[in-house]
Amino acid sequence: MNTHVSLILKLIAVIAIACVPLSGESFYVELVAKMLLMAIFAMSLDLLVGFTGLVSFGHAAYFGIAAYSVALFSANFGQMSLWVLLPAAILLSALAALVIGFFAIRTKGIYFIMVTLAFAQMAYFVFHDTPVGGGSDGMFLDARPSTAIGSWVPFDLDNELHMFYFALAMMLLVYAFLQRVLQSPFGRVLMGIKSNEHRMQSLGYYTFGYKLAAFSLAGGLGGVAGFLYAVLFGYVTPELLSWHESGNVLLMVILGGMGSLVGAVMGAFVFEAMREFFADITKYWQLLMGSVIVALVLFMPGGLTAIPGRIKRALQGGAAK
Amino acid sequence: MDFASFLIQTLNSLQYGLLLFLVASGLTLVFGIMGIINLAHGSFYMIGAYIAFVLTSATGSLMLAIALGIPLALAIGAFLEWALFSHLYKRDHLEQVLLTFGLILIFEQLRSILIGDDVHGVAIPAFLDMSIQLTEVMSYPVYRLAISAVCIVLAIALYYVIQRTRLGMMIRAGNDDRTMVEALGININMMYRVVFALGVALAALAGMLAAPISSVYPNMGSSVLIISFVVVVIGGIGSVWGALVAALIVGFADTFGKVLLPEISGMIVYLVMAVVLLWRPEGILKKA
Repeated sequence: MNTHVSLILKLIAVIAIACVPLSGESFYVELVAKMLLMAIFAMSLDLLVGFTGLVSFGHAAYFGIAAYSVALFSANFGQMSLWVLLPAAILLSALAALVIGFFAIRTKGIYFIMVTLAFAQMAYFVFHDTPVGGGSDGMFLDARPSTAIGSWVPFDLDNELHMFYFALAMMLLVYAFLQRVLQSPFGRVLMGIKSNEHRMQSLGYYTFGYKLAAFSLAGGLGGVAGFLYAVLFGYVTPELLSWHESGNVLLMVILGGMGSLVGAVMGAFVFEAMREFFADITKYWQLLMGSVIVALVLFMPGGLTAIPGRIKRALQGGAAK
Repeated sequence: MDFASFLIQTLNSLQYGLLLFLVASGLTLVFGIMGIINLAHGSFYMIGAYIAFVLTSATGSLMLAIALGIPLALAIGAFLEWALFSHLYKRDHLEQVLLTFGLILIFEQLRSILIGDDVHGVAIPAFLDMSIQLTEVMSYPVYRLAISAVCIVLAIALYYVIQRTRLGMMIRAGNDDRTMVEALGININMMYRVVFALGVALAALAGMLAAPISSVYPNMGSSVLIISFVVVVIGGIGSVWGALVAALIVGFADTFGKVLLPEISGMIVYLVMAVVLLWRPEGILKKA
């Protein structure tokens, strides 16, 4: 697909999303806001899985740590400024990723998958078993952060529409930021590590440092999503850190096709839409969801973004395989 | 801690560790030999426990339930290998993670549809339903000792099969070099099916044995799965003996952690894992 067409398609998609509040239905506004923050979450994981080749199965930990920092800060200091709370949440989740990554990145392949999972589970137990964040009940957020800078209030997060457009703006911001990162020398090194780490090492790159930097960057961006979740829904529970959430976000990335930011966004939207749709038509939605996942793996390697290519090949050569 | 309670905790640690070994040994074998990361392994534990519950209710005897349940678990394992896992050998780990993640959702929902979401107890067989008096106030249930004994017998049997039989020789060879084994004319597909079914049966048996002491409840597979992962990582992926050593370490760390440091007991096992990984990134025993 040439760049003009793809740019126009992206613009149309953004405009379409921006028009959702016109429906006037709070339900859809909240749903799409959730999709937007999940898109941020999926993009942050794609930086690791799709571009660096690090399959993290514990990404929900950073999402949850940021969400909990929002709740804990607000519980201790009352309503806080967005401009303090957001950086603090990002910083804390990035820091957690730095520490966990320091251990996890020493391992490779399947060990890495299992170790990231185990550390995320450890974080889950911190919030689940200790009274620090209200135990297994989680905690409520008293007030959404204020956006005031001095006496100027640019927007109001208590307003449903403002919250929605804030989520949209954050999603576009993270997308642009990651796009920029991937085009930078740093991003090129990450892709080099994915295709051949030994080669990068023999070229003189200290790959451990690059991987650790990518890991904590992804943790911090996952924190942006966690922050938005806590602010949007107003409560946090340990389940945000559970391995089901780590599995879900991994699924979004794969659904969209790894190594494509647009794919991660699409994956998040399709996943959340499927979840809503299945939950709507049957209480056995897990069965449908599970079957779709199994069928997807068996019959559709490459994810959604691979579909145009597959159709093209099918049209050109008959067999799509 | 006086001697009697120390003894009780030690026996509990052993029993928990050995049970974990049953689950983890299947996980590590399936990974080591077939290169498959199987998140649904915890579901087999859950399925085993529910089989024990259903068959014990139907037949009135846990022993009979286990005797019927093991062939059932073997059949389930062989079927799943044939229908799903055999398509995953050449795929990367990510797709294996996904497919088995999907399977967990399916198994949990089927469990909910077929049996419901209630917690159920399973009766201990009458001849094991007694306790050994240790002091005037403390006693130890015989059933837990029986679990440990069964696990030890199985560990020895597993050792014998892997080290002394033709199948074990093939398994060890497959663990080292799959292509070479195929080149030697061994039917690797059949071997995979056997190993996978064996892994499923071991996990299910662990679930059946644990059912009377832990009762059966929704999502009981998840916690076991994660702990088994920790065991496999600590022990070294693919190493059955590493899994045994690691399962015992985890069993002791968890049981004594709950007694001595109850505030952080949920995290101790993961801390142990972090320390082991710093010391040896590939686990205690790399390969059997």
